[in-house]
Amino acid sequence: MSFTYKDVEYIASLSRIKISGDEKEVFVHQLGDILSYIEKLNTINTDGVQPMSHTVEVSNVFREDTLKPSISRADAQQTAPSIMGAFFKVPKVIE
Amino acid sequence: MSILGFTTHQIKEKFLAGEAKPSEITSQLFQRIKSLEPKIQSFITLSEEEALKDAARIDKKIERREKLGLLAGIPVAIKDNICTKNILTTCASKILKNFVPPYDAFVVKRLKEEDAIIVGKTNLDEFAMGSSTENSGFKVTRNPWNLDRVPGGSSGGSAAAVAADLSYMSLGSETGGSVRQPAALCGVVGIKPTYGRVSRYGLVAFGSSLDQVGTVTKDVKDAALLMQVIAGYDAQDSTSSQTPVPNYADGIDNGVKGLRVGIPKEYFAGGLNADVAASVKEALKTYERLGAKILEISLPHTEYAVAVYYIVANAEASSNLARYDGVRYGYRTSDSSGIVDMYSRTRAEAFGSEVKRRIMLGNYALSSGYYDAYYLKASKVRTLIKTDFDTAFEKVDCVICPTSPMPAFKIGERANNPLEMYLSDIYTIPANLAGIPGISLPCGFSKEGLPIGMQILARHFEEQKLLQIAFAFERETDFHLKKPAL
Repeated sequence: MSFTYKDVEYIASLSRIKISGDEKEVFVHQLGDILSYIEKLNTINTDGVQPMSHTVEVSNVFREDTLKPSISRADAQQTAPSIMGAFFKVPKVIE
Repeated sequence: MSILGFTTHQIKEKFLAGEAKPSEITSQLFQRIKSLEPKIQSFITLSEEEALKDAARIDKKIERREKLGLLAGIPVAIKDNICTKNILTTCASKILKNFVPPYDAFVVKRLKEEDAIIVGKTNLDEFAMGSSTENSGFKVTRNPWNLDRVPGGSSGGSAAAVAADLSYMSLGSETGGSVRQPAALCGVVGIKPTYGRVSRYGLVAFGSSLDQVGTVTKDVKDAALLMQVIAGYDAQDSTSSQTPVPNYADGIDNGVKGLRVGIPKEYFAGGLNADVAASVKEALKTYERLGAKILEISLPHTEYAVAVYYIVANAEASSNLARYDGVRYGYRTSDSSGIVDMYSRTRAEAFGSEVKRRIMLGNYALSSGYYDAYYLKASKVRTLIKTDFDTAFEKVDCVICPTSPMPAFKIGERANNPLEMYLSDIYTIPANLAGIPGISLPCGFSKEGLPIGMQILARHFEEQKLLQIAFAFERETDFHLKKPAL
């Protein structure tokens, strides 16, 4: 399976990363190489094998829903690029 | 040897005997950092003022014979992807170049509770993505043994700082070998604990099913000490284990008589540097002489580990790194039209190439139409890799193999070929995929005088056994005592 310029553009847009023409040129080859290396997984028979999500047995952990102190709003906003009062400020969302 | 060359357990004795004081060693340490750091570049941020204040406070505690923490007065360096309250935490990324966390990671809180002194934050590959520390957004760290070589990665700053005596110990993090590999390349001891053994709270997320905080120390006893401090249950991490934490120093000198050591034949196949192979084989002879039984085993799915890893880790990374959107913290582009354009420009301007590649690869693997072929397939092969270890551990008590296929490579040598760089993690990645613990320790030097490391792997939660096996070798050899000429 070959990896195309269109694929690069598509996943760059899914990833919310604006890429330049030069980057596109480099990534199409590098990602293509990596993906063809990964193709080797298709040589293994995995019929009936359960996919792994956790390496160590874990189950849901419950606790009482009690009120506890947390980080203050001022602290949480301290390194934000732009704030307005209690809010994080962003560029226009709806055109 | 200067006092900075001592191990943590040695310096602790000197404190108690009144032969040294935390404030003295801390100021000496910062002098050494000032003279050597321009060559090595292991730190992103230094916290000298706070460290000297803390050291003076611990001086008084010692004088007054107050109860002391396990790391009282010991300078410790912290990888810069571990959150430190009021100290810059950048992940070596321009996107977090001004991020000062409002909280401490669990492991940092534990260090403070045990009276450790924070030296500063160490360099890494951006977001821990890399094997050489060349992917840092700020600087390239150099190997103290040869300044033209990489220190390994991604915890390259943590390993180089300990190897150069710029810190007594340090914390690193692993997703696919990022503690053990730099420890091997810098001639120090590195532990990747069992997944769930150490809380991930405050460790900036990369691949959440793989990430673990690890230790970098000058010897095995120091590794036991640092593990004692950071291991344990934490309700703030949903995958934190409630398995009791043993006393890691207990039985450390019990030796290896009768121990069954498995040697995976797949790890000694093509691509292994001859000096590395020779050193590890020599180490196995030492174990045999000490009474261990060496048995050949097979981990048949080893060759697929790198492929599985670069699907699983990057799929998780693509989700975890979605939070860097220029809204709540970190960098935001100065020029954009609308919100999506702001996200895309912010991320384009502030992420380095490797991070972009991995996010894109991860999103590709998770995208509609490809999920089954990549992510699901990789998750199934991951099960087979873990089963390989389960089967092996029915016959043997531990596995010993090289940590890295080669000693430290030259700066720039692999930087332009991501796939080749990925393959340098071939021996470390399987343990992360299986969630088992591993320790890397010095076992020799190459013809060029570069350190060589071997790793020991065991079953889940058997860190104590790893320390015992590693210590049995360390006390018979002097590789860990050698210092780079700086």
